[in-house]
Parts: sequence; structure tokens; C-alpha cells
Amino acid sequence: MTAPAPPRPARSRRPALVAIAAGLLLFALVIVRVLVGTPMVPLDLALRVIGGEAVPGYSFIVMDHRLPTAVVALLAGTAFGLSGTIFQTLLRNPLASPDVIGVTLGSSAGAVIAMAFFQADGRALFWFALLGGLLTAVLLLVVAGGGGPGAAGAADNRFVLVGIGVAAALGALISYLLTRLSLQSAGDALHWMIGSLSSSTWDRAAVLAGALAVLIPALALLIPRLRILQLGDDTATSLGLSVPRTRVALILVAVILCALTVAVTGPLSFVAFLAGPIAQRLAGRPSFPLAAAVGAVIVLLADIAGQNLFGGTELPAGVITGALGAPFLMWMLTRSPTSGSGR
Amino acid sequence: MRRSTPLVLAGGLLALAVACLLSLMIGARTVSPSTVVDALSDYDSSLTDHVVIHSRLLRTLAGIAVGAALAVAGAAMQGMTRNPLADPGILGINAGATTAVVLGVYLVDASEVAQFTALALLGAALGTVVVYAVASLGREGATPVKLALAGAALTAGLGSVVNALVMIDDSSLDRLRFWQVGTLGARSLADISRVGVLMVIGAVVIVAMAGVLNALALGDDAAVGLGVKVGRARALLGTAIILLCGAAVALAGPIGFLGLVVPHAARLLVGGDYRRIVPLCLLGGPVLLLLADTAGRVIAPPAEVQVGVMTALVGVPVFIVLIRTRRQVGL
Repeated sequence: MTAPAPPRPARSRRPALVAIAAGLLLFALVIVRVLVGTPMVPLDLALRVIGGEAVPGYSFIVMDHRLPTAVVALLAGTAFGLSGTIFQTLLRNPLASPDVIGVTLGSSAGAVIAMAFFQADGRALFWFALLGGLLTAVLLLVVAGGGGPGAAGAADNRFVLVGIGVAAALGALISYLLTRLSLQSAGDALHWMIGSLSSSTWDRAAVLAGALAVLIPALALLIPRLRILQLGDDTATSLGLSVPRTRVALILVAVILCALTVAVTGPLSFVAFLAGPIAQRLAGRPSFPLAAAVGAVIVLLADIAGQNLFGGTELPAGVITGALGAPFLMWMLTRSPTSGSGR
Repeated sequence: MRRSTPLVLAGGLLALAVACLLSLMIGARTVSPSTVVDALSDYDSSLTDHVVIHSRLLRTLAGIAVGAALAVAGAAMQGMTRNPLADPGILGINAGATTAVVLGVYLVDASEVAQFTALALLGAALGTVVVYAVASLGREGATPVKLALAGAALTAGLGSVVNALVMIDDSSLDRLRFWQVGTLGARSLADISRVGVLMVIGAVVIVAMAGVLNALALGDDAAVGLGVKVGRARALLGTAIILLCGAAVALAGPIGFLGLVVPHAARLLVGGDYRRIVPLCLLGGPVLLLLADTAGRVIAPPAEVQVGVMTALVGVPVFIVLIRTRRQVGL
């Protein structure tokens, strides 16, 4: 009859299977996030609450606290995962995630400036964070990406180098701002800087959902061009692609994804950094949907762990992603013969 | 761009002298150069200006020590790891040292420079070992990208731990948020000399091994071919780097950028030979740090902008110019 299945379909089916598994895992994690905690919520009560019934004591916990938190975690993880993967793919460098090249810190700096000089919170913080992230990205583009045509590898390397420099400068700026705040405000700013889901509301979930509803289709349209871009600038140009314009568009999408999310949750470290490489290891090749799912899994797991694993102390999700993300990334580095050698 | 080395070194010395003079002259109370000379040669404790200069003298000495230590450590790291991104900040050494100090402040209420030094050295050593071990495991060994990734991972991971600790304890936050910025003020001569001894040992080792750095920068195979015992050389250089970085963090807090920018600038001036780069870093590090510190005193009166912020402000443009003027930042 037919020959044994050639390797190609097997390879292309793997990401789909992994994505389905990730989707199921996400669904399970959302349920766990809603049910588990102090107090525990019985499943039947949770279902009745979600069905619209008012259950004294539980309606508030489920509808105003845990469910919006789970939704924000899901959306934030998705956005960080996509944003990191765009940067890493575009710049062909696992180091090029927004947390490493300073975009995340730019958003943080914007927010801390708002706290230091304008006593801002809520909405205003949000705009400052967005502004900070965008300004940082524009600075990076002007300084590093705006160079003339020519050696593509050098341009990529240059982008990451400039980004690491800018990140360090922003780190110093934030430390300085912390010395200018009152002790109380410095504590608040620091708490925000760690990244936490504790102030998640439906409002914030809606903002993130709205942004993703626009940005994900935009990204979907850009991905085929990104694949062409990966063939190299010269090849892409000869195929009729406007390289600078495509690059700017992709970076814009990535920055807005990242900055919006930072504005909502604070900089959850390592999520953008890790989602892409983990997805790639699972799927055997880069995959945006899977990176989004992995990002969401990381954030949800970190939040659940921070809420439940430390007795009375509730640790923000950012502490967990930071403290566990580092060893995990290091473990990946030792395991993988190739992931560290990408340009 | 390459200029004759003696000329560059002479220029470096001159720049260092000017930077020292400016550091002694300028501040909330600005004094004339002649008063500076008077105060140094014929100190009179009844004159306010002389007292001002005396206190600035300590700060200037700290600046020279920390600046030289960080710049030389950066140069050695860049050569040894063949990594243009190498910097005590980027490879996780500062993070290790900082975390150890923060843990010390939090757990045992550390406040003495001697305690800071012991903790910082321990932390720097642990950080270096972890980053290097992680990057070395796996098939390819310690490639620049793996080193930088491991360093970034450690920095971010330890950063969360520090933030979490500081978050639960307000008094640690109050002390640490000032120390964490990096500052040269408020150190005694005893502190500087005690920490300075460690720095001198580290710097001497690296100066003596500049030729070995040249070989290592060619790659391990070439270095072995040139008769270098690669493992031993790395161990020695690594120890020296840890001494320099740990001591610098203990004295002034984490100061970024110097270890990255100064060696690149030196390379631009005198070419790729570490026997020229390292001595120039000994001069260039203090120049940059002192100028940054001096500028920080006057940039936003009456408050002072800490030197860690200033090195970033000065460092980033220099760094960007370096990257832009060279097609590829190589070694």
C-alpha cells in the first residue's frame, strides 16, 4: 500500500499535538486557580457562581478575585510569550527577549517615574508604563536598528548589545528613583517592580483582552513575512519584502504586547525570556501559538504556587518566575547543545 | 584609530590627574585648584576648605580603587571568555556579590565594610562558579552566548530573591536602596586600604597575565598551541576577577558599565593587545568613575546623583558610539 510515513508530516504534527496538550493544561490550571486557595471553593459552587447564581461568600471570591486573576494571568502570559518570541526570532538571538534588551525595564521606569513625580496609580501608571516601553524601543530602533543596510548578523548583534546597555542604564535609573521616594512609596514601587497579579480586575483583563484581540491578528499577518526575513535580509529584499518596514512593524507589535502587560502586572521576569525556547524544545521548532500557551502556563503556575505553597505568606508571581525561571533556564542551557549557539 | 601606546598612556595619566583634581575641587562647596594643592601639601584642619578636600580625598581614593578594579576585571573577563559582552554586571558576578550582601544585611544585620567584603567575595565567587559551570556543561562548552545567558539568568533570578527579601523588611529596604545604587561616599581610609589590598593583588595578577589573555583571546586551541595551561590560567584569572569585583562591590555597591565600556574604549585606542589594554584600563577606569562621581555632585543640586547612575548615564552613550563606529564588536 503506502510507504511508511515520511518524517515531514510527523514533524509538523508535533506542534499541534503539543498545543492541544498545552491548551488542556491551561484549562486545568485556570480551574485550579479558581478553586484552590484560602478558602477552597467547591467545584459545584464555583460552577453555580459562574452560571450567574449569587452564592454568599463565594461569589465575590470567584467572580471579583480569582477568576479575573486567572484571566489576567492567562492573557499576560500569552502576551509576554508572544512578545519574547517575536524579539528572539526577529533578532535571531535567545538573549533578545524584551526583559534582556530593556523594553520591560523601560516600562518599569515609566511607571516608577509616574509614582515618584506624579503620585500616579491605576490608569496613569498604565500610560506611563506604555510610554516608557515605547520610548525605549524607539531609542533602540533609532540607535541600533536604524543603521544602514549591510551585515545583517552585525546589526542583530548590535541591537542586543545596545539593548543590554540601555537595560543596565534603566536599572540604574530605577534604583536612583527608589532612593528619591519616601520609604512607603519605595516599598510600593518595589512591590510593583516584582510583578504581581494581586491587583487583577475585570477592567484590567478587558484592557489586555482588547489589546490582544487587535495585536494577535496583526502578528498573524506579519508571521509569514517574519519567516521570509529569517532567510536573511538580502534574500528577503530580493523576494520583494521591505525589510526595515517589516522589522519596525514586528518590533512595534512586540513592544506594545510587552509594555501593556507590564503596565497591568508589573514586569514578571523570565516569562518572555523562557516561553519561546521552551516552546521550541517541546515542538522541535519555533511556534508562536505554543509560545503563547507556554507563557500563560508559566504565569498561572507561578501565581498558583505563590498563593498556596508558602503557608501564610503570599508571594507575588514575579518572585516565583524569577527564582524558578533562573535555574530552569540554566538547566536548559546545560541540556541543550544548540540553544545557546544561536546567533 | 590606533595610536602609539606611550602617548596614550601619558594622556591617560594626564586625564587621571585632571579627574582627581576635579573630584577634589568640585562639589556642593567648590574650591580653587590652589587651595587643593595647599590642602594636600600643608593641611590645616582649622580651614573649612581643607576639611572639605580631606573628605573628598577619601572619596577620590575610593573612586580610583573601584574604577581601576572594575575596568581591569572587565578587560580580563572579555579576553578570558572571548565575549564582548563580558562585564561583572552582565556575567552575574555583581549579582552574586550584591545578593550575598543583602542576605547579610537581612539575616545578620551586617553593616561593616569588612563584613560586606567577606560576603561580597563569597557571593562573587559563587556567582562566577555557577555561571561558568552552567555555561561549561553541555556539548559546546562555555560559549559567549551561553555565558551571557547564564549570567543574565543568575542576575534576574537573584534579583527576584533580593526584591522579595527587601519587600518583607522595611529597614533592609531603607539601607539597601541607597547602597544598591552604587556610591563612593562615606568610607574611611581603613576601609579603603583594607579592601584596596585585595584589589591590588587582583590587578597585579591580571597585569602579569596580560600575555596569557592575548593567547586565550585567540581561543582555547590556539592558546594550548602557544603553550598556555588553559585550565590553570582561567582559574588564576577567575580568582583575580572575583577579588576585584567583590572588593569593588563591598566598597561602593554594584556599579555597572565601567567593566564593559572602559576596555572597549581602550581597545579602540591601542588595539587588541592586552599588554596595552590592561594598563590603560588601570587609568581609564578611575578617570571615568571620578568624572561620573564629580558630575553627580553638581548635576541636580542640592541632592547628589549616585555614581552608579552617573556611570550608566556616561557609559551608555560611550557604549553606543563604540557599537556604532565598529561594524562588529569583536575582540
